Amino acid sequence: MARKNKLARLTLSVLSATAILATAACGSSGTAGSTASASSDEWSKTGPINYVQGKDTSGYVQGILDKWNALHADQKVTLVELSDSADEQRAAMIKNAESKGASNYDVLSVDVVWTAEFAANGYLAQLPTTLDTSGYLKAAVDAATYFNKLYAFPATSDGALLYYRKDLLDAAGLKVPTTWADMKTACAKIKTTNPTIDCYGGQFQKYEGLTCNFAEMVNSAGGAFLAADGTPTVNTDKAVAGVQWAVDAFKDGTIPKAALTWKEEESRTAFQNGNLVFLRNWPYVYTLAQKTDGSSKVVDKFGVAPIPGLNGPGVSTLGGHNMGVSKYSQNKGTALAFLKWYNSAENQKANLLANSSAPTWTALYTDADLTSKFAYLPVLKASIDGAQSRPKAVKYGDVTLAIQDAAYNALNGTTAPKAAMDDLQTKLTALVK
Amino acid sequence: MAVTTAERPAPITTKRKKNAFSDGQGTLAAMLLSPTLLVLFLVAGIPIVMSVTESFFRVNGGVDPNTGLVNSGTSFVGLANFTDIFAHPATVAGVYGSMDRLINAFLNTTLFTVLCVVLETILGVSMALIMTKAFRGRGLVRASILVPWAIPTIVSAMMWKLIFNTSGVANKVLGFSANPILWLADNKYSQMAIIAADVWKTAPFIGLLTLAGLQTIPSEVYEAAKVDGANAWQTFVRITLPMVKPALVVAVLFRTLDTLRMFDLPYGMIGPNKYSVETLSMFAYQEMMQTRYGTAAAYSIVLFFYIVLVAFLFVRLLGADVVGDEELKAINAQRKRLHALHNKQQKASAKRRTTITSGSAAS
Repeated sequence: MARKNKLARLTLSVLSATAILATAACGSSGTAGSTASASSDEWSKTGPINYVQGKDTSGYVQGILDKWNALHADQKVTLVELSDSADEQRAAMIKNAESKGASNYDVLSVDVVWTAEFAANGYLAQLPTTLDTSGYLKAAVDAATYFNKLYAFPATSDGALLYYRKDLLDAAGLKVPTTWADMKTACAKIKTTNPTIDCYGGQFQKYEGLTCNFAEMVNSAGGAFLAADGTPTVNTDKAVAGVQWAVDAFKDGTIPKAALTWKEEESRTAFQNGNLVFLRNWPYVYTLAQKTDGSSKVVDKFGVAPIPGLNGPGVSTLGGHNMGVSKYSQNKGTALAFLKWYNSAENQKANLLANSSAPTWTALYTDADLTSKFAYLPVLKASIDGAQSRPKAVKYGDVTLAIQDAAYNALNGTTAPKAAMDDLQTKLTALVK
Repeated sequence: MAVTTAERPAPITTKRKKNAFSDGQGTLAAMLLSPTLLVLFLVAGIPIVMSVTESFFRVNGGVDPNTGLVNSGTSFVGLANFTDIFAHPATVAGVYGSMDRLINAFLNTTLFTVLCVVLETILGVSMALIMTKAFRGRGLVRASILVPWAIPTIVSAMMWKLIFNTSGVANKVLGFSANPILWLADNKYSQMAIIAADVWKTAPFIGLLTLAGLQTIPSEVYEAAKVDGANAWQTFVRITLPMVKPALVVAVLFRTLDTLRMFDLPYGMIGPNKYSVETLSMFAYQEMMQTRYGTAAAYSIVLFFYIVLVAFLFVRLLGADVVGDEELKAINAQRKRLHALHNKQQKASAKRRTTITSGSAAS
């Protein structure tokens, strides 16, 4: 009797759960998304807006917003600071878009690699075709473009530099290497007098930095992740040759084993402590390695050059941020005006001086004030001009993880380069179709 | 025929006492409990039902070849989010070889739970045995043993990250300076690093709960053991362990459930997408970050049922007394007695029935 009662109760609860489930199911099925292009009168609406970016560590952004707000009392811009972590910034922006603008984000600072995903999902409004991008770095503008339409505006850029120990190269009577092979022979010569020093370092920990470094190996050997028509081409002989070089470099100790755990900061520390002859890193290292407070042991002992490649100068991976306008922004007119003003030559110069962020306004790279203060600017310009974007994939998160998996397995020696790249080719083909 | 009439009075007597819980105050109890149940339904019931619902859906995806825009919206896929690990496995190369990412995460979760909890229990009980002794500076020892437990997990993750750095303390102390072990990469050493950090952090928790249990053991029992000539080991195995068991089992159960949903230590120390240390909750989180809410919900549900199963086994096999309610115990005992009585009656009636059936078969 008691057992029967229990069974009845169980049936009843299952039934009620199913009923709730069924009603919930009706509510959550969505409709197909409309296109992201906004009509022209939407771009004339003005009013207060929010500018959303990661943490403003230097306090520079609030200062520049105060300037704008003094000029435009009726179109005030409020700074919304998100987390330090790029992943969390992305998640917050997606949440805003999925809730149709519930967080009231208007202007978004997006990483170059999110631009395609945000544009394809309709999170960003397509910018008016009247917007002029001439005078800005071509590579940076290209990174803000998706399917030949501009979805964001290039705000900052970034390219890889080769930091080298000038003192050691000079002492050995060597020129700055432009190929990987030159770099290795230079190291061999330097090691005869400095036996404990390691040759080359980069960012080989399994994270986004590995994707950047790995892309440089493939591109600098003449390979490419994607062909012009968007089909993956990672298992070509050229691409595999680039990977093979890196795998051999790990095997023969050109790159120290410890580099498999390095991110930007660990590799910078190794270079600053004088443990590396060559370092591949972003421009931010320059100022820190020149610091005279005793943290750096290589002050005035290093120089910068374009990164080397297999048969000549290498191809850098493009970094940086774009500024886009949320599709759900109520005051797109103000948003557009603010975005143009924020990225003017004058403001970019101020940003470079305050944060050493690489500008996207081309003329700044030859500005005499700046080149005297940031001696690396001409080299950086060359690096960015030749730089390759990472794949503009809607599922970028999956694409970069697939690349990291292949890179990590090849570099630590568990998979042969060719096999790893064949596997990556299969995965990318499924992901970008 | 005669049997049925003979049995008829029996159901009437049991009907009055069909439910051991019922003592005529059911309605009142329901009324008094309903606010709590309502809150529980709102904060636990609805989210669970919603995530179960979510796990039956999948984002459409697919890109329009002309505009590059994504086909938004979701569609019902039934159990595909659960069955895809068999139908379309996403193979990754972890420590255990190539296998589906979910199975890999499941194995990691299980490995961490088993190893961490066993080590923590041994260490925790040893700590408790030390802490319970009366000696000079006992307060200081107790406080210092509890320090790791008081540190937020993400902070201790950063701390251990420094320790396990290639040029960090761990490699120096263990003598691997010349040929350093890459603890923070993605290999079996990363697993060891995680286990070490977790044991360090949470053994004090088991220690603390065991200490509380130890202090309830009356000293007379130990005196009696001494008089009887029991040695230290016998005292520990025959007196201390059995008497501290109720507290210890609860501590171990809590730690097990906690370790099964381990997230922040591997995430902070080794990082996301490292298959050697990826647990189920980390994997579900990664899926969520890729805006695949359906699979994320499905994997969370897998973890949910795994935890439920482990908790159930714990309560059944080890008799963990989580609630510790005297009244409930009494009710359970009562029910057991009734059950036994009922069984006896049934046996008796069955005996009678067999005689009848054999009789009818014979006719």
